[in-house]
Amino acid sequence: MHDQTLLPKLFRTEYRNIVSVLSYLFGIEHIEIAEDLVSDTFLSATELWSIQGVPENPKAWLYTVAKNKTKNYLKRNTLFEKKLSPEIKYSADKTEEIELDLSVKNIADSQLAMIFTVCNPTNSTESQIALALNLLCGFGIQEIADAFLTNKEVVYKRINRAKEKLKETNIKIQQPTLQEINDRLDTVLKTLYLLFSEGYYSTSQDTILRKDLCSEAMRLSIVLIENEATNTPAINALFALMCFHSSRFEARMNDNGEAVLYQDQNDSLWDKELIETGTVYLNRASTGHVISKYHLEAGIAYWHTQKEDTREKWENILSLYNNLLILEYSPIAALNRTFALSKTNGKEEAILEALKLNLADNPFYYSLLGNLYSDIDNKKAVQYFETALKFSNSAIDKQTISKNIQRLTNG
Amino acid sequence: MNEFLIVIHRDLKSEDASPSPEQMQQAIKPFQDWVGGIAAQNKLANPPKRWDLDGRVVKQNNVVTNGPYAEIKESVGGLFIIKAADYDEAVEIAKGCPIIKWGATVEVRMATPAV
Amino acid sequence: MNEFLIAIHRDLKSKDASPSPQQMQASIKPFQEWIGNLIEQDRLVAPYKRWDGEGRVVKQDAVTNGPYAEIKESLGGLFIVRAKDYDEAIEIAKGCPILQWGATVEVRMAL
Repeated sequence: MHDQTLLPKLFRTEYRNIVSVLSYLFGIEHIEIAEDLVSDTFLSATELWSIQGVPENPKAWLYTVAKNKTKNYLKRNTLFEKKLSPEIKYSADKTEEIELDLSVKNIADSQLAMIFTVCNPTNSTESQIALALNLLCGFGIQEIADAFLTNKEVVYKRINRAKEKLKETNIKIQQPTLQEINDRLDTVLKTLYLLFSEGYYSTSQDTILRKDLCSEAMRLSIVLIENEATNTPAINALFALMCFHSSRFEARMNDNGEAVLYQDQNDSLWDKELIETGTVYLNRASTGHVISKYHLEAGIAYWHTQKEDTREKWENILSLYNNLLILEYSPIAALNRTFALSKTNGKEEAILEALKLNLADNPFYYSLLGNLYSDIDNKKAVQYFETALKFSNSAIDKQTISKNIQRLTNG
Repeated sequence: MNEFLIVIHRDLKSEDASPSPEQMQQAIKPFQDWVGGIAAQNKLANPPKRWDLDGRVVKQNNVVTNGPYAEIKESVGGLFIIKAADYDEAVEIAKGCPIIKWGATVEVRMATPAV
Repeated sequence: MNEFLIAIHRDLKSKDASPSPQQMQASIKPFQEWIGNLIEQDRLVAPYKRWDGEGRVVKQDAVTNGPYAEIKESLGGLFIVRAKDYDEAIEIAKGCPILQWGATVEVRMAL
């Protein structure tokens, strides 16, 4: 009886490895050939394994078949072979054929090259993420559609348009040069951060899918960390941030599928190992002179892994939010900063600051005011919460706000 | 919305300057809270930089002297740019500077469109 | 590479100030050239801004009108440049076209 989940699992992990190496070999113009060869390989696996049984080393089997199919393809297409980049063309003297290099090192190098290809600012960030999920993470079109809460056609078009754009701009899939790393690492980090956020903040009910998105973002971050040229403090900070957030995955939703707020979470469900790992990487990130916004967010996330409500915790969080806002304004950071201020300097002062924020259409703004006025002026608090309800678009948030109103009106 | 320059003038040279070095140290956090508060309102045009106490002053005939500009006891300590509706609003923001109480002076100037 | 503040001080208040309004007018073009060169050399850190002659001064117990001018040297213009060190920054500062009429240029390095 063979395991029905084996091939899908292998597809998820090996598709991207083989596609990366093949794309590296063929270039972006022929990426469909790379994809076809790999799909063909998995098709063979599906057909043959159901008859012959699963081989002893399934991964090695896949790699061997992929190599053979590639060899055959190149033999049949000598014209195509001549167009391959000079470095991989074999000279007339060599009688060996081109061997597909699926070594650990070449897979890692190809992945790195692909990351920089996929995270190209010529495409929108949505397209970059979709392409990343498809080519770098082995997600199928339907899975990506589920992740984005959209339909297959939209995703299909988005990915194809993104590939076309890359072909138009004649992108080379290659090891990023130092210049490219300097210019594009920001975009790469942003894309990985957004990929992670898709999983972490997604309102989709499919928990497994959401966890997959997060772990893919983390895996790709490690690819960057393990390559000396791209191992910057910022990527270490970003990875630390992802660890800290992920540590609370189990505690964020209760058995009824309702969101559990941070202050109500059962911290015994927090993953201590992930917290420790995050701390290690945060320390590694604390080298050099540049503080990126990921450093600040990771610092804030670190303090949130300490559940106890100490003065030190909130003073640090306030200071980190101050620095984050000075670096880059965002309404959420402004609101969270004001909340931290209420913890260090009291609600009255925080209310004065909050009223200066001017975030008129933002439901979280009214929630914050409702929260700050609670137990100071409950009538005002309820009014603000009701305004928050009006502006909120999220069923989960509305639930939370309604609970707050209930609590205040029942005394 | 206009841009306003906030310039903090204080005595950088005298031994008995006020604010003193200790007072400046105490002011670090209040300063960060002040600027953080401005940033939270999305009114900070760019992050403030810290300026050294070294400095040079260039005059005509290629005369160059050391030290920050300080004909009297009020050199440029810090400066940054904010966004505000008008002078009144900018002045309200300026009043939040935590070292005014120790003798620093805050100058506010409005940006005019560059030619 | 460091960042340096270039702060131009001049008399904004006296009737017989030097540079005079005519001299300021005459310096517009040389000024644009000075800044233009810096932009071309990719030395200008943020877009150049001009500051009005109105101003407010906030003290402990009072808010007064006018730019800060305890003496005849208020802040005229200021901007931030990139330079290797003070020597390089001073060379840039010497290009200020109104030095010849009594303005003073202060140079400070960013920490």
